[in-house]
Amino acid sequence: MKGGFLFHLGRYVLLIKSLFVKPERPYMYWKETARMMVDIGVGSVIIILVISFFIGAVSAVQFAYNLSDSLVPMYYVGYVVKESMILEFAPTVSCLILAGKIGSNISSELGTMRLTEQIDAFEIMGVNTSSYLIAPKIVAAITMIPLLVIIAALTGIIGGGVAAVGSGYMSKQEYIQGIQFFFVAKNINVMLVKAVVFAFLLTSISCYQGYYASGSAIEIGKASTRAVVISSIMVLLADYLIAWMML
Amino acid sequence: MIEVRNIIKRFGEQEVLKGISAEFKQGKMNLIIGKSGSGKTVLIKCIVGLMIPSEGEILYDGRDFTKMSVKEKKELRTEIGMLFQGNALFDSLTVEENIRFPLDMFTKKSMEEKTDRVNEVLNRVNLQGANLKYPSQLSGGMQKRTGLARAIVMNPKYLFCDEPNSGLDPKTSIVIDELINEITEENNITTIMNTHDMNSVIGSGDNILFLHQGERWWEGNNISLFESTNEELDSFIFASEFLKEAKTARLIKNQNK
Repeated sequence: MKGGFLFHLGRYVLLIKSLFVKPERPYMYWKETARMMVDIGVGSVIIILVISFFIGAVSAVQFAYNLSDSLVPMYYVGYVVKESMILEFAPTVSCLILAGKIGSNISSELGTMRLTEQIDAFEIMGVNTSSYLIAPKIVAAITMIPLLVIIAALTGIIGGGVAAVGSGYMSKQEYIQGIQFFFVAKNINVMLVKAVVFAFLLTSISCYQGYYASGSAIEIGKASTRAVVISSIMVLLADYLIAWMML
Repeated sequence: MIEVRNIIKRFGEQEVLKGISAEFKQGKMNLIIGKSGSGKTVLIKCIVGLMIPSEGEILYDGRDFTKMSVKEKKELRTEIGMLFQGNALFDSLTVEENIRFPLDMFTKKSMEEKTDRVNEVLNRVNLQGANLKYPSQLSGGMQKRTGLARAIVMNPKYLFCDEPNSGLDPKTSIVIDELINEITEENNITTIMNTHDMNSVIGSGDNILFLHQGERWWEGNNISLFESTNEELDSFIFASEFLKEAKTARLIKNQNK
């Protein structure tokens, strides 16, 4: 892909700006959004459940191991798992996983459409291609990814409990006490803000990479890789900025 | 009628189209031919608006496309149908959904009316009963016919075909050519076809524009083609011994008449 950083930044901003137009037929946009919601949401539930369960479980076991010979009460394991899942693991790790899964999918889908002239076919018909092909993906992502992140946080906390109690480090009551200990509602807001921002970043960057793919099948592969790498870096950068601004 | 006036297209320093002017007549098969790299695809993409010419005018029945607003271009696009070289069918949609897409997006017809229209064009391209198949389940010829059905479903005034015969066997190529020819005549459409296929050129070229190195090199029809003394055209059209012999035979036949 040719062009420097400013060229791509400018083109990315123009692409995002072009999404805000009146749809030709709102029903068609809604239909596409619903399709993407199923793809992004339902299609990612299993991987999110598995990954967050094990992240919670590993966090609990490792933290319990570190506390085992200390004077810190064991219910702190529940507290730490809850806080780390809500503030970091659920939004950030889930979105890094989704950048790989959804990001490469979106990028290669749009890249293939570009190469096989499907995007040209939409243009010829008079469809606003950027709006019709990209806006539904972003809307679906910023709707479904926060739900996936909530599921990830709950699953991680449950996974932590299963592992910590199952390994015999503490009782079920101690773990629940840890979860209830020092609950800060604001952290839930931080988690949701992160989820929405990350969802926007990973879908818009992946769409940009796919939409402007050109050349051959090799270029589609490269565009998918760039989509995942750039989205992941931007997610981590945004993670830092949100934490710095909101906490 | 579509008219292009002094179209120039540059990519950086390179001038791909060098001031091309031509008229593409209504109700006729207008062919753009030329070797690979002669600028055929760039010209057709400039005409349909997928590329912006560096200079020149493109007139659709007197309306200058290069000076239209976004809204006017959008309106004009509903009068345009295009059959792509690779068909450009939407993979995730069935044949029926592919063909119905422009109707869904740009008309307020009821589902019954849209389905009737889809079946009508499917019948026209001899693809009855393929409604629920996906593009991946179709042969090359069937995909081409689906693409053609989608291109004509909105009753376009202008039809563009970018190498419609590529990847097809000779017999299917002729079937597709005849179909485009018939549809052009029936609906009095201005059809512009970009082709390499000699059967198409000889069989259905009412108006032929030959491009060479980005310039308009020759213009005529499938009859004057045989009498042309243009060397570049001759070496392009009658490239094989068989075609050279066919040309000689045709000329002798014409002289005897």
